Amino acid sequence: MTGTIPLQFFLVISTLMFFIGVFGFLTRRNLITMLMSIELILNSVNINFVAFNKYLFPQHLSGHFFSLIIIAVAAAEAAVAIAIIINIYRNFKSIDVDKVDEMKY
Amino acid sequence: MTDYSYTILIPLVPLAVFLFIGLTGHKMKPIVSGLIGTAGLAFGAILAYITAISYFWGGHEGAGYASIKAFEIPWLHVTKNLTISLGSLIDPISVMMLVVITTVSLMVHIYSLGYMKGEKGFHRFFAFLSLFSFSMLGLVLATNIFQMYIFWELVGVSSFLLIGFYYEKPSAVAASKKAFIVTRFADLGFLIGILMLSFNTQTFDFQTLVSQTGPAISQPGGAAFMGLSVLTWSLIFIFMGGAGKSAMFPLHIWLPDAMEGPTPVSALIHAATMVVAGVYLVARLFPVYALGAPDALTVVAWVGGISSLFAAVIACTQTDIKRVLAYSTMSQIGYMMLALGVSGYGGHDGLGFMAANFHLFTHAMFKALLFLGAGAVIHAVHNNDMSGMGGLRKYLPWTHATFLIACITIAGIPPLSGFFSKDEILVAAFHHNPVLFYIEYAVAGLTAFYMFRLYYSIFWGKETHYHHTPHEAPLVMIIPLLILAFGSIFAGFLPFEELVTSDGLPFELHTEWAIAIPSVLIALVGITVATIMYRKVTAIPDKIAGSVSHLYKWSYHKFYMDEVYLFVTKKIIFRFISRPIAWFDRHVVDGTMNGIAGVTQFASFNIRNLQSGKVQQYAYVFITGALVLVFIFVFLW
Amino acid sequence: MNSDLMFFILAGVILVFSVLTVTTRRILRAAVYLLFVLISTAGLYFMLNYNFLAAVQLTVYAGGIVVLIIFSILLTSHISERAVVANWKQSLLSALAIVAGATLTLISVFRFSFTASPEPAAPSGVKDIGAALISYGENGYALPFEVVSILLLAAMIGAIIVARKEKIKVDEKDLK
Repeated sequence: MTGTIPLQFFLVISTLMFFIGVFGFLTRRNLITMLMSIELILNSVNINFVAFNKYLFPQHLSGHFFSLIIIAVAAAEAAVAIAIIINIYRNFKSIDVDKVDEMKY
Repeated sequence: MTDYSYTILIPLVPLAVFLFIGLTGHKMKPIVSGLIGTAGLAFGAILAYITAISYFWGGHEGAGYASIKAFEIPWLHVTKNLTISLGSLIDPISVMMLVVITTVSLMVHIYSLGYMKGEKGFHRFFAFLSLFSFSMLGLVLATNIFQMYIFWELVGVSSFLLIGFYYEKPSAVAASKKAFIVTRFADLGFLIGILMLSFNTQTFDFQTLVSQTGPAISQPGGAAFMGLSVLTWSLIFIFMGGAGKSAMFPLHIWLPDAMEGPTPVSALIHAATMVVAGVYLVARLFPVYALGAPDALTVVAWVGGISSLFAAVIACTQTDIKRVLAYSTMSQIGYMMLALGVSGYGGHDGLGFMAANFHLFTHAMFKALLFLGAGAVIHAVHNNDMSGMGGLRKYLPWTHATFLIACITIAGIPPLSGFFSKDEILVAAFHHNPVLFYIEYAVAGLTAFYMFRLYYSIFWGKETHYHHTPHEAPLVMIIPLLILAFGSIFAGFLPFEELVTSDGLPFELHTEWAIAIPSVLIALVGITVATIMYRKVTAIPDKIAGSVSHLYKWSYHKFYMDEVYLFVTKKIIFRFISRPIAWFDRHVVDGTMNGIAGVTQFASFNIRNLQSGKVQQYAYVFITGALVLVFIFVFLW
Repeated sequence: MNSDLMFFILAGVILVFSVLTVTTRRILRAAVYLLFVLISTAGLYFMLNYNFLAAVQLTVYAGGIVVLIIFSILLTSHISERAVVANWKQSLLSALAIVAGATLTLISVFRFSFTASPEPAAPSGVKDIGAALISYGENGYALPFEVVSILLLAAMIGAIIVARKEKIKVDEKDLK
């Protein structure tokens, strides 16, 4: 079991991880790094779901299944994102997000 | 009753020719387009002759000539009460005009085949000629005053196009603009007159307007302004339109400049047809003038009289042969207007009306002849100025002969046609207004003088040396001259008093020798003086010019009318009216619009950076926005 | 106490490697750091007794997605390439925003007193999860399962279509 660790600790970890992911998303120029930041964000949400499930409603498995499905969605999202990134790379010879601004103005 | 609905073809054929030549002319040989135009006009002329013969001599029921609405279709249904129709109206004056227009136009077409040969835009010229013929024929056939107005403007446009035919010449462009603007200004009066008249009478239709039981004549009352009834005012306004087209004083300034156009155009438009549109307009509404508003008719008479004298004086000093003819035209149209103005309605009282139309008819013949003759002269010596001419009778025998006939005709020597028509105008004036009558006597003398001055300066006078020997015009130009000369000689024997009268009924005409003989004598005096002065090169002209130097100078400068106009328009209208309006338009109206556009542009230029296309910037804004909202709702709410 | 220590170790690994993931300038290393984060997260799931979820986390995230990311990195950049980072102004603004956001969230977290439920935990063995995924009614997740399967199918087809190489059009003129 989790012993004496309170729920808040999990939430702190997930919060910090979420905002680190946001930071990465805002500051990295590389599309793949941005994708990894998104994975971090999704992961932090998963931790939240699981922790709430375990501490507040252990008799159900809702949070658990949410996490499971989010993992599936993350996988799908990663696959499509990487396909798009590769396509962009083919067209622009770069995956720098600032250089993909043909539609600007 | 004969069916005259085919008359609608007379204007429509030139229209079709215009469209055909205008659209495809550049693909064909120039001469082909010229021949097509001429053929179209010949067809119209034949139809017009058939119409005239069957109308005047084809037997008619009752006494006199009825006015027949041969064809009419409603064109615009504006409201239930306001419908504008197009059609053709057949009555003595319109049939006469059909004959005049188609004849002169056909002659000019044939003549132009030679005169315009090798010109750039040959097919364009013929297309415009056809357009003009269409407009003019539509004008005379108009069944209602609005149709007339439409064609009136079309005539103005085609005149504009033809005056500006040599559009590479700045003076031609200026002249065409001047003609268009001046006549357009006059047409404003015409339109106001139409609106006033039709508002009062609830109709556009000529037959309703001129019928003696119609609303215009039976109830001429209505509100009065400055002592004249609304009907009188509306007719004066309408006459303003007519005066503009007919180059009556003081709206005449465009006509001399219009001579920048090709000479056949001057013959067709600015001598024989378009400029008499004003006369035709007054004649068309004559019953309304005569019975409903005699005051307006008085205005017509005086404007005509003053114009004729004014123009005749100027014509004596001009040196450009086409300008002399232009002022002569103005003077002769003044005669016609005067004749209308002094006429009464019905029977022998309507002598003036008949005389005006008679003179219109004969004038069309001899003035077209004069212009075409002048064209032949210009064609030969490539110069408009009579100071550079002289002794041409040896080189241009045919032109010389026909020109002489035309000069004698316009001087009013019997038995040529000009004598008859002019004599009847004088008779009509004598019975009505002695002052105008004596003015016209003087004008008759001046006319003879300046025409023979022109004639002697061109064909006699000094022996001028030309760069190359002048050559007689080609046959295609001589034939129209001969035909028109024939018309000038014999048109006077047409029994106009039986055909074209104010009430459609024929009346007895007797030549009043007491008036005719002095007028012939005056004309002979004018000719004699001109012969003495200009047959040989003498010092007399200069002496006379010196002794009346002021008058000479004023006349030479056309009484400074152009300068007066320039002063009025530039110094007064432009400065005190147009400039403030322009300022208002530029700064307030445009300023508002520019301001709106400027603000929009400024704003969008500045917020453009929001749409940077940078995903991370969007994400940043989104996240901070979400955080602010969270902060507000979680901690502050 | 052992599990507490374990938690702090995992938490430390997660935070440190998260920060490294988003700050390192070598993309391939970032992917490896991400892998560590994901594995530590799986550790957390193990601690919470959700073994199946932890296994899925390891296989799908660590085994699938990270491998995919590494492949795409190798396809699109050089090993020696250094990632371009945002200018300091943007970094500073972002840092401010996320610090503010983290503070806000943590304040909310600590202001709310969560009370742990005394109820016994539901069984979360593979067999129970399998049954729940294909059952409906209460505690049945057949519908989300089917929906996510369709999503996966659509994503797969979409990925193939998007990443597919365009056929090179050969002009017939060039052949002649």
